[in-house]
Amino acid sequence: MLTLARGIGLRLVQAFGLLLAVIVLNFILIQIAPGDVALTLAGEQGSGSPEFLAAVRARFGLDQPLLVQLFRYVWNVLQFDLGHSYYWERPVMDLIQEKLFSTVLLAGTALAFAMTIGVILGVFTARRPESPASHGVTFLSLVGYALPVFWTAIMLLVVFVAKLDLFPIGGMEDPRFEGGTIAHIVDVAYHLVLPAFTLGVIYLAYYSRLARASMLDVLESDYIRTARAKGVDERSVVYRHALRNALIPVVTIAGLQFGALFSGAVLVETVFSWPGMGRLAYEAIIRQDTPLMMGLLIVSAALVIVANLLTDVVYRMIDPRIRVGGK
Amino acid sequence: MTETGVAPEAVEASGRGGWAMFLRNKAAVVGLIVFTGIVLMNLFGPTLYGVDSDAMVARPFSGPGEGTAPLLGTDYLGRDVLAGVLGGGRTTLVVGAVAAAMSISIGLVIGSLAGFYGRWVDSMFMRLTELFQTLPTLLFAMVLLTLMGPSSRTVALSIGLVSWPAAARLTRAEFLKIRELEYVKASRAIGAGDLRIMLRTILPNAMPPLIVATALTVGLAILFEAGISFLGLGDNRVVSWGSMIGKNQGFILEAWWTVTFPGIAIFLTVLSISMMGDGIQDAFNPKLRGR
Repeated sequence: MLTLARGIGLRLVQAFGLLLAVIVLNFILIQIAPGDVALTLAGEQGSGSPEFLAAVRARFGLDQPLLVQLFRYVWNVLQFDLGHSYYWERPVMDLIQEKLFSTVLLAGTALAFAMTIGVILGVFTARRPESPASHGVTFLSLVGYALPVFWTAIMLLVVFVAKLDLFPIGGMEDPRFEGGTIAHIVDVAYHLVLPAFTLGVIYLAYYSRLARASMLDVLESDYIRTARAKGVDERSVVYRHALRNALIPVVTIAGLQFGALFSGAVLVETVFSWPGMGRLAYEAIIRQDTPLMMGLLIVSAALVIVANLLTDVVYRMIDPRIRVGGK
Repeated sequence: MTETGVAPEAVEASGRGGWAMFLRNKAAVVGLIVFTGIVLMNLFGPTLYGVDSDAMVARPFSGPGEGTAPLLGTDYLGRDVLAGVLGGGRTTLVVGAVAAAMSISIGLVIGSLAGFYGRWVDSMFMRLTELFQTLPTLLFAMVLLTLMGPSSRTVALSIGLVSWPAAARLTRAEFLKIRELEYVKASRAIGAGDLRIMLRTILPNAMPPLIVATALTVGLAILFEAGISFLGLGDNRVVSWGSMIGKNQGFILEAWWTVTFPGIAIFLTVLSISMMGDGIQDAFNPKLRGR
């Protein structure tokens, strides 16, 4: 238990270092961007009034040496001051905070869906690797990987909204909605089905293949042979001995995929008008709202870091062999 | 042969035996044929078909096979969808290939140095890799594009700059594994320098997984480019599959075909590349077949 706590403590320190590196990288990007840094921070067009630019210069200390600017920037960001959105004329942090939950909800649902179904499919087909169902899953994973996510989204809209009229065309809730909390949750869930499914399909393809390969590896290992030789019944071999070990790579990869999930969310949210960080990012870039864009990059990276930390904790709990310092 | 220290099995697999194995894999052959077809279509299709993909040829939103409408219908400006589909992959394929080449090259350099030298070189490069892996690729590429301005060149550059960590990790893992093998020690014993050992002894033996990774990277880069064009962040002067979908997505309720066909083109391109990648994997490593 102590080593577990120490291991997690060490990871926390590393995560903070990574966050600092992300902020410094952002600072460098702003510096090497063509044009006046004050203008970049203020937003490329408009709002270029001398008073406003002077205020920006003072706040970010642009008249100071570069190193002082860097420390000031890092300090501001660590206090959740990500600057001011030129288009919305509001603090970037406020804008992101409003959209944070919907994106985490969308990405989390998609990931949970992909992992659950993916692992079930993978384990199921690994038991009979040469069966048609098994080859089918392999092929489907190729198909899922090759689908452009924004196109899948539009095609699902055409079929399930335009033709069959089964789901709402977009958004996160019915604007005319009135009712209690439970009914509200149901309404959001109803709006969530198509976007989460679209985003999940790519990862479903990925996890089913990964779970299958991992399960095949484990089923060939010595300790499974030993378990079988001892006469442990097949169900117990598969679900108690093998599955736990086969899940380790799946969990590891899931943590690494969280960043990719964000990228997918930009496209899916744009098509389904899902009011999240991805759509905010798209609007920010169309309006050349640099501070908002940079803020989104930092916050999404911070979320990825948190997700990786959580994965690490889960990983340590599944695999008791992992100890801090060990590989 | 013995001088370069390449293991005999590796030569076998990357030589004729591998090609024969590849050809025995039906899916891989289908992938190769489809992909070649798509490349030829983009090279010669527009000339043979002879319709300008930017020209208004019929009433907007004419459905496929509707009266005098072109084969795949027209879009919201009355432009021929087929003309767009035939040549719309040119930018996508070139940008995808250049971006993938960049991403693999960066990954190869960083991964091989980290894996070969270990210690502080390894931890420095791995921290850098972690940093790049933390930033969501599309958001990162979008930021780079705003800073550099949109053009096919900057799109390729930004995709390459954000997507190398996977290749770096894979290369590092292979180098870590191979550098401990007997023939690397032998190579060092006869006095080979670091660069020689990296390039002529380790790299050839690390090739099989790297080639498979390259196929995956090209597929991902193509999807990436399509996504950027879809969002309208690429070069807006060229017609590409992604931008066709992006520009027509507002009208899908009236005209599904304007979005459907370019999407199928992207899908088939990436699918055929993945199928070839799978075939290469089987050819190099029969033990992993079907995984």
